[in-house]
Amino acid sequence: MQEVPLSGPGVRDCHNRDRTASADKAHGLARRRGVIEPMAIEMSTTNPADDGSVGVVETQTVTLFEPPATLTLAGGGRLGPVTVAYETYGTLSPERDNAIFICHALTGDAHAAGVHDSSDEKPGWWDDFVGPGKGLDTDRYYVICANVLGGCQGTTGPGTTSSDGDGPWGLRFPFLTVDDIVRVHAGLVEHLGISRLLAVIGGSLGGMQVLEWAARFPDRLRSAIVLASGAKLAARGIAFNAIGRRAILVDPGFNDGNYYDQDEGPRFGLALARMVAHITYLSEDSIELKFGRRLQQGDSFAYDLTRETEFQVESYLHYQGKRFVERFDANSYLFLTRAMDYFDLASTHGSLTRAFAQTEARFLVTSYSTDWLFPSSQGREVVRTLLDVGRDVTFVEFDSVYGHDAFLIEHAQLAGVVVPFLEQTFARGTNVP
Amino acid sequence: MNASRYSMPGFDSGLIDELLLDQVDSGSRVIDLGCGDGRLLARLRDERNCQVLGIELGLVELTGAIGRGLSVIQTDLDRGLDDIPDDSFDTAVLSQTLQEVRRPTTVLREMLRVAQRALIVVPNFGHWRVRLKVVQQGRAPVTDALPYEWYDTPNLHVCSMHDIRDLVEQLGFFVIREIPIIKGRPVERAWWANLRADSALYVVERTGE
Repeated sequence: MQEVPLSGPGVRDCHNRDRTASADKAHGLARRRGVIEPMAIEMSTTNPADDGSVGVVETQTVTLFEPPATLTLAGGGRLGPVTVAYETYGTLSPERDNAIFICHALTGDAHAAGVHDSSDEKPGWWDDFVGPGKGLDTDRYYVICANVLGGCQGTTGPGTTSSDGDGPWGLRFPFLTVDDIVRVHAGLVEHLGISRLLAVIGGSLGGMQVLEWAARFPDRLRSAIVLASGAKLAARGIAFNAIGRRAILVDPGFNDGNYYDQDEGPRFGLALARMVAHITYLSEDSIELKFGRRLQQGDSFAYDLTRETEFQVESYLHYQGKRFVERFDANSYLFLTRAMDYFDLASTHGSLTRAFAQTEARFLVTSYSTDWLFPSSQGREVVRTLLDVGRDVTFVEFDSVYGHDAFLIEHAQLAGVVVPFLEQTFARGTNVP
Repeated sequence: MNASRYSMPGFDSGLIDELLLDQVDSGSRVIDLGCGDGRLLARLRDERNCQVLGIELGLVELTGAIGRGLSVIQTDLDRGLDDIPDDSFDTAVLSQTLQEVRRPTTVLREMLRVAQRALIVVPNFGHWRVRLKVVQQGRAPVTDALPYEWYDTPNLHVCSMHDIRDLVEQLGFFVIREIPIIKGRPVERAWWANLRADSALYVVERTGE
């Protein structure tokens, strides 16, 4: 099986894209709608790698919820102690009023920016947006990112040793929800001595966490920035998650989640889950632009069914699946996609109106024109409720060809609104209630 | 020139801002449709202590409004205002924009759904210079106040002061006040206003009381 990275040696993650071609296309779309977008123009001319970096950073860990103060999860299980892996960038002000918490998406981790050592070629997942002079300016703000509960990048999850000492948790790990993830992160923020965050920001599953922060800890944040997300996962999202989980569960290597002492584990199932999910992150335009019907080698068909990577799009998906298996745990994927399925802010808090009734936080909600996993209607639903309860809310629907992935790609566009929004929020002072 | 830019920096936009400010009660809730970079809303907030919200389509303008600390919702007015709850504002402002939207009746109805009172500034295509251009040259008029060629203009609708009054009444609303703007000056109860005014400000309410 050929698995060739399509973007050449520069490829480093699923979010590399053919920037130039798609950026031109974005301009075309923007022009048609008559929207002036200098941000998009800027995007195609600057190389984010040349911008300031936070440099070498280290993932730290802290142990919270030590017995007897264990964490009771929404599913009824108890957990403690809980290890949380996190990174921080920038400096906390003496007033402790400049802290921003980043909620990562489904498969992200605490390593949002910088590199782990000077020879590290792959910076953190949001390095283009987090750093000196960037969207989240680490010269001004103290930025925190932590791995989620149930994850597999340092925070306690199904792959860590269980508290009963009987090997890794596996499927015995207690059932967790977005609410549980947020409560663990709130514990970390408290541990860092911050009583009120300047902002909580995140996209997709990260955006769900931001909304949960505002509902669950209304006075611990001054602003909430919700990107490409919504107050619940729609049926189509649940459907795609179901396929991903099914692929893992039927993989002979899954062994009821007890695969940690085996060589392989459910690697084919996990790769397939990633391949399917990856399609939902792309838009019709971006997948056409990037691949079309182009073949991986030559320009004639091989007439050979065993060649699974004949089209470029096939090769790309196989490559994404393979890369994902190297860095992600199948049990974490099961738990976290389920947490995403279960997320429904209205049902957790009685109604959306009640969920937002307590917070004084300012909201910035963004959606992307070609995102079909979290279409604009999802963001607008949140906005409508916020307006209904008289909250301070700004809504932006960005023009982008990149679909759901846009929040991880269109950094300049996003920074264009996030930078003034944060400045204004910061300028208002802490207003500690 | 940008056809979908709802807030065009008018030749007398400063004056129109002053006029609009005068029509808004201190401490009231104001929504500005096509708020541009939020210049008027920021003044309403800072000078009149109003609670304000902007609606804007253009990303650049909207970014400017965010930079003034305003809340803005990016929306195409032609989609309606379905994100905005009924009666959530005292006043809705629409400055130099009614002639640019596809369905002026829908926008007017939406304004008076979300607010008790609407402030509308509309260019007057009944101005004598406009009429003269049409009669003399037999061509679509291009004047200082309306400097667009017919094929490249944000003005989708051509209306005079009479037309606006007719439309408001047809919708069952009431013109409470009408202030013609003549050569950059507001002149209330002007003679031959429909011939002389470059634009006019209307205060429209749901009921005539």
